[in-house]
Amino acid sequence: MNTAAPVSKRRAYEAPAYWRWLGFLIVAAIALPLPFLLKNFFIFQLTLAMVYAIAILGLNLLTGFNGQFSLGHSAFFALGAYTAAILMDQYDVSYYWTLPVAGIVCFVAGFLFGLPALRLEGVYLALATFALAISMPQILKLSPLEHWTGGVQGIVLIKPNAPFGLPLNPDQWLYFFVFAVAALLFFCAYNLVSSRTGRAIKAIRDNPVAARTMGVNLSLYKSLTFGVSALYTGIAGALGGIAVQFVAPDSFTFGLSIALFVGLVVGGVGSIGGALFGAWFVLFVPNIAEQVSKGLAGAVYGVMLVLLIYLMPFGLAGLVRMAAMRFARAKR
Amino acid sequence: MELFLHQVLAGLATGGIYACMALAIVMIYQAIDHLNFAQGEMAMFSTFIAWQLIEWGFPYWAAFFLTLAISFAGGYMIERVIMRPLHNAPILSHVAMFIALFAILNSAAGFIWDYQVKNFPTPFGTKSILGEGLLSAHDAGMIGATVVMLLFLFLFFRYTRIGLSMRAAAANPESARLVGIRVGWMLALGWGMAASIGAVAGMLIAPVVFLEPNMMSSILLYGFAGAVVGGLTSPAGAVVGGLMVGVIENLAGTFIPVIGRELKLTIALALIVLVLTVKPSGLFGRTVVHRV
Amino acid sequence: MSTMLLQAKNICAYYGPTQVLHGLDLAIAEGGITTLLGANGAGKTTILRSVCGMVRTTGEIRFRGHEIADKATEDIVRLGIAHVPEGRGTFVRLTVEENLQLGAITRGNKVEIATDVERVFGYFPRLRERYRQQAGTLSGGEQQMLAIGRAMMLRPKLLLLDEPSFGLAPLIVQEVFSILKQMNQREKVSIFLVEQNAALALDLADQAYLLETGRVVMAGAARELREDENIRRAYLGY
Repeated sequence: MNTAAPVSKRRAYEAPAYWRWLGFLIVAAIALPLPFLLKNFFIFQLTLAMVYAIAILGLNLLTGFNGQFSLGHSAFFALGAYTAAILMDQYDVSYYWTLPVAGIVCFVAGFLFGLPALRLEGVYLALATFALAISMPQILKLSPLEHWTGGVQGIVLIKPNAPFGLPLNPDQWLYFFVFAVAALLFFCAYNLVSSRTGRAIKAIRDNPVAARTMGVNLSLYKSLTFGVSALYTGIAGALGGIAVQFVAPDSFTFGLSIALFVGLVVGGVGSIGGALFGAWFVLFVPNIAEQVSKGLAGAVYGVMLVLLIYLMPFGLAGLVRMAAMRFARAKR
Repeated sequence: MELFLHQVLAGLATGGIYACMALAIVMIYQAIDHLNFAQGEMAMFSTFIAWQLIEWGFPYWAAFFLTLAISFAGGYMIERVIMRPLHNAPILSHVAMFIALFAILNSAAGFIWDYQVKNFPTPFGTKSILGEGLLSAHDAGMIGATVVMLLFLFLFFRYTRIGLSMRAAAANPESARLVGIRVGWMLALGWGMAASIGAVAGMLIAPVVFLEPNMMSSILLYGFAGAVVGGLTSPAGAVVGGLMVGVIENLAGTFIPVIGRELKLTIALALIVLVLTVKPSGLFGRTVVHRV
Repeated sequence: MSTMLLQAKNICAYYGPTQVLHGLDLAIAEGGITTLLGANGAGKTTILRSVCGMVRTTGEIRFRGHEIADKATEDIVRLGIAHVPEGRGTFVRLTVEENLQLGAITRGNKVEIATDVERVFGYFPRLRERYRQQAGTLSGGEQQMLAIGRAMMLRPKLLLLDEPSFGLAPLIVQEVFSILKQMNQREKVSIFLVEQNAALALDLADQAYLLETGRVVMAGAARELREDENIRRAYLGY
């Protein structure tokens, strides 16, 4: 059975590089003034949306570009969040230094989990990662680790203040900080995907056997992709922990994995920019749904997934791209 | 030594739960060639239906069999309405659909019946029949019911034409059509049967773990572990695997300090990863060779 | 000319938006062996798939008086068309026995089925030795025999064969083809054969079609096509 997720004909049209820069400039032009216009709570929400976008991007690198499944990215998100929280809480490390550490820890964890996962195809990998997601909260509650993790109680963090006496409140500052990190990570992802390595990663998705015959080291690239994917999600986790000022085992359940997965599908599998759409969706739609009734968020997620898979198999970003393609054709 | 034996017995009791779930998982895997991540939620939803029927005053067995029928119809409809358009879609779409079902059923159950924990009756009674509270009548009944179900399924798949048709339709739909099998029907039938088996599992498990929308998430994981240990292609293996997982879990909890007790789910995770990487066909499954 | 078992008029077939067959006509005589020749990508396999309703098709296909162009594959099969597809379509996880039983899954009479299994063994004695083996463990030749045997279990009026010689050793190919001839004569089954190996196919068949890029470019008695100068040069290679 073919494990490669969607067919590659989707890649028939790629926006030229200057369009991407244009896209980035538009996003920046909208995003940068926002913190001065909105209330703190909304700034916080937008910050979280960017955090989710990074995590979804990480998942997309794995699923969308390498064709490997993961229902367990909530575990890497948790690992990143706890790494940052423990460093800040126990060792007084500055919040910005926790990011690279969280990234490295998650990279290693992802790489190691990716090693046995190498032998698992498609749905088996989904199964193994599903197990990871379900068991993660229990691991975080483990009593010998309680000294560091705070057990069920979790760890409370303090929101960082703006440095250099910048005239920003903590929410505004964190927004810009996360924006900068997200911009950097998205930039890196674009470059990774269009590099030689990126081609190898995509080749594995589209046809593992052919990729191997062309000299692509399957196991190395698959584990590395797993590592990089976990790194992204881990950094997102660290940022999420800092932003929420609190980490606890039950924030990182299978529900979070579902949310990331929904974000992936909504944004568009194999689309880097799509992660932003996906993040907004998973953050704001449940908020609205929860106001109607408790527990309805899950149903909204589910119904959305069903509709998307039928109507827009390539997600919102795919829709935008299709429109762009029409436009480009019409011009010709 | 006595402690060891006691723990094995107690492990078999919980293992019965996992065996039940594992059987349902393997069953649908055979019928549709996919691992259904929503299997646990389907079972949970069925159990709520049974609970509702009993609340309305149906006697236990009437509610039991009515629930089986409703679940069958429900599974059948899920295939016809939701899964049908995806027959040729990539695995990602299938997994996404299972996740969607998972989310919908979970939150719908919470919406309809709220998150309050409910008692669910047992038809077997709760008397201890072995040792002091080691193996209750319900535990024994559950294991017995699972074995009966297994026997029934084995006979069905091995010796009936419709069972053979279902296996063929799942293994190779195109060839199945070419020998005249109505593949769509077979898949829907498989979903219906899997939903019914899940319902049996749910109704047997609910008296032990109590009824609430999230009752199945960890049990599904143990069920997967059991199915994987026994081999996804072998219903008998799934039952044995489920029982083994129960015993391993219990022994680890007793003899490995702290970790064994607190990381029960992680044991399931480790089992799954270990078996899938070392012997993906499980202990009793058939190895499937891929030609490239 | 004898009566026509299958008559196709103006069939076009599409894979997604791509048209593969461009309005071709075809007739298969009752009791005969008809072969379809053509290079790779000419559309040979697609014709077989069109007949069996496995690809989007327009046009008219009549089989023993039934219009089948718009029927589902399983209903077409039930009318008595057995198709041995490209790659044989073996149920590799099932046993040889189960594969043969599946061939007769639409039939009810157990006694008849049992005698038909024996008949298949008469043609392919090696399948009897492998009866309880998993079909995936059979050699390529044995799998081809199993595929043909499975198709015959339907008691078809028409047997569609997609490159039965593919990937087999020449000796095995000879054996399989001579058995096909016997089946055609003894079992009263008409055969529609798609082959790359034109020499072999023209020897076996009595009618032949030549296909190029989705169109029939030549049709007639197999004997005549074999004599044709162009065919000889392009497809027979001497």
